[in-house]
Formats: sequence, C-alpha cells, structure tokens
Amino acid sequence: MLARVAENIYWLARYLERAENTARLISVNANLLLDLQRGYELGWLPLIEITGSRLAFDSQKRRSDEREIVQFLLADAENPGSISASLNAARENARTLRDILPDEAWEILNEFFQEFTAQLPAGLNRRTRFDFLKRIVLGSQTLAGVLDGTMSRTDAYTFMMLGRNLERADMTSRIVDVRSAQILPAAASDLVPFHTIQWISVLRSLSGQHMYRQTRRGRVSRVECLDFALRDAQFPRSCMFCLRQVELSLRTLSRSSGVLDTLAGAHRFLAQVDFFQIDQPGLHQLIDHLQVYLSGVHASIAQAYFPALPGNARRPIQNQVQDRGSTLPLFT
Amino acid sequence: MRIDWTSYSAPGLHDELIGPGGGARVAGRALARYLTELGGAEIGVRQQAAELAIKAMGITFTVYHEQGGSIDRSWPLDIIPRTIARKEWNRIEAGLRQRVTAINHFIDDIYHQQRIVADGIVPIGIIASSRNFRPLCIGVSPPAHCWAHICGSDLIRGADGTVYVLEDNLRVPSGVSYMIENRQVVKRVFPELFDSAVILPVDDYPAQLYDMLAALAVHCTGKPEVVVLTPGIYNSAYFEHAYLARQMGCELVEGRDLRVDDDDCVFMQTTRGEQRVDVIYRRIDDDFLDPEAFRADSTLGVPGLMRAWAAGKVALANAPGAGVADDKLVYTYVPDMIRYYLGEAAILPNVPSWRCGEPAQLEHVLANLESLVIKPVDGSGGYGMLMGPMSTQRERAQFAAQLKAAPRNFIAQPVITLSTVPTFVGDRLEPRHVDLRPFILSGPSTYVTTGGLTRVALRKGSLVVNSSQGGGSKDTWIVDTEG
Repeated sequence: MLARVAENIYWLARYLERAENTARLISVNANLLLDLQRGYELGWLPLIEITGSRLAFDSQKRRSDEREIVQFLLADAENPGSISASLNAARENARTLRDILPDEAWEILNEFFQEFTAQLPAGLNRRTRFDFLKRIVLGSQTLAGVLDGTMSRTDAYTFMMLGRNLERADMTSRIVDVRSAQILPAAASDLVPFHTIQWISVLRSLSGQHMYRQTRRGRVSRVECLDFALRDAQFPRSCMFCLRQVELSLRTLSRSSGVLDTLAGAHRFLAQVDFFQIDQPGLHQLIDHLQVYLSGVHASIAQAYFPALPGNARRPIQNQVQDRGSTLPLFT
Repeated sequence: MRIDWTSYSAPGLHDELIGPGGGARVAGRALARYLTELGGAEIGVRQQAAELAIKAMGITFTVYHEQGGSIDRSWPLDIIPRTIARKEWNRIEAGLRQRVTAINHFIDDIYHQQRIVADGIVPIGIIASSRNFRPLCIGVSPPAHCWAHICGSDLIRGADGTVYVLEDNLRVPSGVSYMIENRQVVKRVFPELFDSAVILPVDDYPAQLYDMLAALAVHCTGKPEVVVLTPGIYNSAYFEHAYLARQMGCELVEGRDLRVDDDDCVFMQTTRGEQRVDVIYRRIDDDFLDPEAFRADSTLGVPGLMRAWAAGKVALANAPGAGVADDKLVYTYVPDMIRYYLGEAAILPNVPSWRCGEPAQLEHVLANLESLVIKPVDGSGGYGMLMGPMSTQRERAQFAAQLKAAPRNFIAQPVITLSTVPTFVGDRLEPRHVDLRPFILSGPSTYVTTGGLTRVALRKGSLVVNSSQGGGSKDTWIVDTEG
C-alpha cells in the first residue's frame, strides 16, 4: 500500500485509541478523587502533566480547577491531545482513507463524531460526565469492532493495529501514572483501605477489574495491579500485551528487522522491572522511561515505512504530540 | 393527502414529468401515479429519510470555509426523480457519442496536422488564443488517439422541448459518483417503484471506467497499475475521487506519492518499496499537473509527469491539452467539427451562440445585451456571466466595455428557460429548473452513462444549478416504457 496511506491509517488508529483512553484517564482521576478524603487530594493538575500538555495549558492562562482542566482535556481545540482534537484528527485521517476503509466504518466514525459534538455539554457537566465518557469508550470500541470484523488482513490492517497497540500501551502507562500522582502519605495507616480502593479504580478505568479478579484472584494489591496493567500476558490493554501485538504485526511486514530490534529493547526493559522494589516516585520514573521506549518504536516505524518529508511537503493531519511528556533522553 | 396536479403548474415552461394538459408524460406515468397516492406529507417523510441516509452514508461535498480550512456539506438530493423515456434517451446517447468522437478527432488534429485549420473550418486564432491549448502536447500521440477519455456534457431542455448541449467539460468533470449514490438513496426510500417500473441501472459506471483506463496501458503486459490522482482532501470533489478509487479497487494517490525516474517511468512509494504506475486517472487540472512543465509553484503535481506521458511511459486520462476543446468559443464550432470529421449532421444542437470576436456578431450582441446571456469563454460554474434580462443598466455598460476590450473572451447566447421537474418544497411539489450532465467514456470503445446527474436549482425561478451556489440534485431515470 501507499506509504502515505499507511501513515494515515496508523494515525487514525492512534487518535481513536487516544480519544478513548483520554476518556478513561479523566474517568479514573474523577473516581480517585471521589474515593479520597478531603485534604489529601491533588486535584486535576497532574492530568496536564501526564498527558504532556503542560505548554499548551500554561499558554492559555487557565485556572487549574476541575472545570477548566476537564474542559481543556475534553473539548479544547488548541490542545492537540484533547478528545475533541483527537476525534477530529481521526476523522480527518479517515477522510484520506475513504477508499481504504469499509463503508460502515466511515459511517460509524461520522456518527460518533457528530454525537460527541452534540453531547459535549453533558461531558462538561459533573453529573452527566461519567455517562458521557463511557459513551466515548463505547463509540471507539464499536468502531474498532467494525474494523476488526470487516477489514481484510492486508498491510492496511497491519498499520492500523500498529497504531492502535502502540497508542494503547502508551496510554495504559499514563493511566497507571495518574495513580502514582495521587500520592497518599505512605505512613498514614488509616489510609490503607483507600489505597486498595484507588487501585480498583485504576483497574476499572482500564475495563480490567473483572479480568483481574478472574486471573489474579484474592485481594487487590499494588504490586499485582502494576503487574496486571503493565505486564499481563493475557489482558488486551496491558502494555506487555500491546507490545506483543506490535511484534506480531511487524512480523507480517517486510523490512521490519530494525523496528523489531527497537521493540525488543522496550520489551526487555519492561520484563526486568521488579515492582516490589519500586516506590511511587520510582513508578513515575519507570513510566517515563517506558514512554521514551515507545516513542522510539514509533520513530523506527516511521523511518522504515512512512514517507520521508521533502522540504516543502505539508502534512495536514497529525497533531504531533506523540512525544509528549517524555523528559528523558532515549536509552540506547 | 393526495397530490393534486391541477395546482402544479409551470406555465410557459416544459415540465419533464407533467405535460401541458396536466397529465403525466409517458416515462413518468407510474411515478406520477405513485406520488399522487403517496401525498405531500408522506413524501416529506421519505425526503427526511433520504437526508438521514445521506448523512449516515457520508455522501458529502466540500465547500471552503471563510476562516480557511474546509467543511463537508451533506450532498443535497431532492428525492423526486427526473424521468426520461428510453426511446428519447437512445437518441441523446447517439448524439453524445457522435459529439465526443468528433471532439477527440479535433483535439488529435489540433496537436498534429491541424487539417481543420488548413481547410478553413476553424480559424487558427481561436486555437492559439485558447487558454487550455498546450503547445507541449504538439506531436504527442496518446493511445488510440484519444484525448478526452472522460467527458461530462451539460444538456438543457428549452421551453419548446428541444435538448441542447450547453457545454462539454473535458478537463476534470465531476459529479458521476453522486449520480450513482443518488440512485442508492432513492432505491432505499422508494423501493416499491423499482418493483413496478423498468428503470435502467446506473451502477455499471465504475467498472466501465476501470476497463477504459486499463485499456490505456498499451505497453503493459501484466495487470496494469491504475491509480486515481487527487489534489487531496481539501478539493471540493475529494469524495468523488475516493469513491471512484474504491469502486475500482485502485490506489488513491496524491502528487507526493509519485515520482518520475530518469527513464521517464512513474513510480508510487509504497510500504513495500516503489511500484510502477501505468495509468493515472488524474483529477488535477493541467496547470497543476507537473511543475516542470506548467505552473512551477504547484505542490499538487508530479515533477516530470509530462515527459513520462509524452514518452508513452504512462497514460493520463484525460490527456493534457484536452481542455482546448473545453473553451466556449471552440464549443461554437462543434457542429462544424461533426460535419468535418464524421460527415454527419449534429444530432444534438448547440445552444445558438454569437462569437463576440467576430465584428458583425459583436455588433448584434452589443445591441441586444438585455435579452442575451454573456459568458466568458474559459469560465465555469456560472461565474463571471451577465444575465441580460436580469441585469441593470450599469452592469450592461460594464459588460459592453469588457466586450469591446477583449471580444475573443466572450460568447453570447439567448436565455434558455430550462425545463422543470416537480421538486419537494415545504410540504408540496413545485416546478424547479434542471439540467443534466451525462458522462461519456472514450477509449478503444465509447460508453455513455444511463442518464446522468440531474442538477436542480432549488430556489424558485433560479436557473443556477451548481451545488456550490445552492443547487441540488436528483436521481435520473431512464424508463423503458416498451419493454
């Protein structure tokens, strides 16, 4: 398939996944805050850091309260990571792919986008927000289901899966990061029950609560939760699972050995982590490292398969935010 | 409530469905009967259903937004079809074949011996001054000597029932995808009608288009690589480019996907390396096709494409330079071309036209501005015209000055009052003016669409059917009343 089209379908999948997971992100933070006692909460500001949108947010001189931050993450056109901007970018990419995508997929994406726009006020209202976020997740899942159920397993599908799984790995790590940001004083023993509630919230945001119970059994613990979200081999939203899917996709492509090498580095990094040894600040650092690895995989895919950018070429569709939040140099 | 056709009147007009006595014409009898029973309210329900279907199917066209960027508008479709009897259509189709065949002879002649000039039929000045004449094409022989592979000719019917050719669009005519989609939608909302009447299908077009394009790959031994070249998502016809690519199973490419190598071969950049391209259905104007040959500032085109085409390494449809016959002044010579190349009289007449470049005709035009339509010869989309009967004294004075300064740039025609078709307005059917754009494919053989795209001026009394200016569209039924 055309290199440019491969790139567009890759980004289509990334933006859809990003919209879905940003909805999950907002939802987990809201849940965590509800579970916390007054006085301990850090509020909404950590989401700005976690989504890597600090610069965009600061430049708008907004107040850092719930209303402003949720508006910024849901609907702000100037924030390239907002759900609204992501869905818009997904739609613009899909527009360039109308000859590739099944008819139903385009119809559903259109309806999804129109419904999102129409219902946006409900998303900004605290009382109706959960339902709104749930519908975004469902909308994205519906579309993914239609694509899975109707697309031939050609290169187009492969690049879509690459985008989806890479973005999902990245966003799952960010959702876990929300938890690491809402730190409770470790010494306060009366807060132990709250720790557990918080991890359950994280699982719920990943739609993983049920699967966790089935495979891990027993009490929800921090170490088990981290292992489940980041390293579980069966759960489709865990980082490790997604990396494995990326690998399978790459193996169907020609000229993928370079990308596979990069991917192996990310895989090794994640495999060797000992969650018992990691405290909360350490967790944040670990996730930062992981994201650097993931953006390395992206760069490697782009170099191998996407069009090289000639000097005057425009590239209209992407909101370039894939390297957000990475504060560390790329490991070698 | 039943439709009462006695209150539907189009005095002095030719209505395509309802005859002068208030009864339906033969081709529309079943339709009129059906609409009568259905009643205004139910037609409204079906119209809404059609609009929902169009939204869901994502049938759109793009209009430029004031603040930069572009927005998609749902394709405007009025669900009341326009009917034409098969017998009449057969004659129109023969006329279109004849016309496009002569035009292709003409273009090939112009870029080779120019016999038609030497024989004194068309003056050389007309050609040399046509904005779309491309000296670079002189001496090039595209496959089958065919230049205008896809032609969209606009037909109109006057008050006396005569069908005229208004213009031939030979560069990148659009609209054919909407013709096919209109049928899909109307089938959804009027399924009963398709059981009872013999309505000829329209959906063969993409297959015909593909066969014609593939046949242009004369040097290719295997399965030819045919691609559709689009300016991109911001083009108003992008929906159609994607639609046709998908229907044909071809890649939809942009200029930046393609490269011409030192051997004049064209390649596209794919995820599995570079791949040779044999035929390009290009939806980019000549001007932007190749920055080496035409506009150097074009970022939409492919450097070197003209030399690849001239060397016969890639086929372009339509061929560069085909637009020379798109000029409205050249149009006035088409009946002469038909006589000259084919030895036949034109089956379909032109709209009578005055060439302002000829002093005697200019004099007549200047004396009758109030009753004429003045058109720039290289304009399209209804822009830059003077509608005499609706013009002010001042506008006429301005146009007269323009005519005197550059008479070659204008032709004049009488005002033809377009025929009408019942159109759903509010809760009832009212007559609205229509035209018809059939599409003609030319290659080793010729194909004409079954009917074409009917465009309708939705505003009362308006003759402007362009979708960019508030026009709508209708499904077009060629009805077999004898089979």
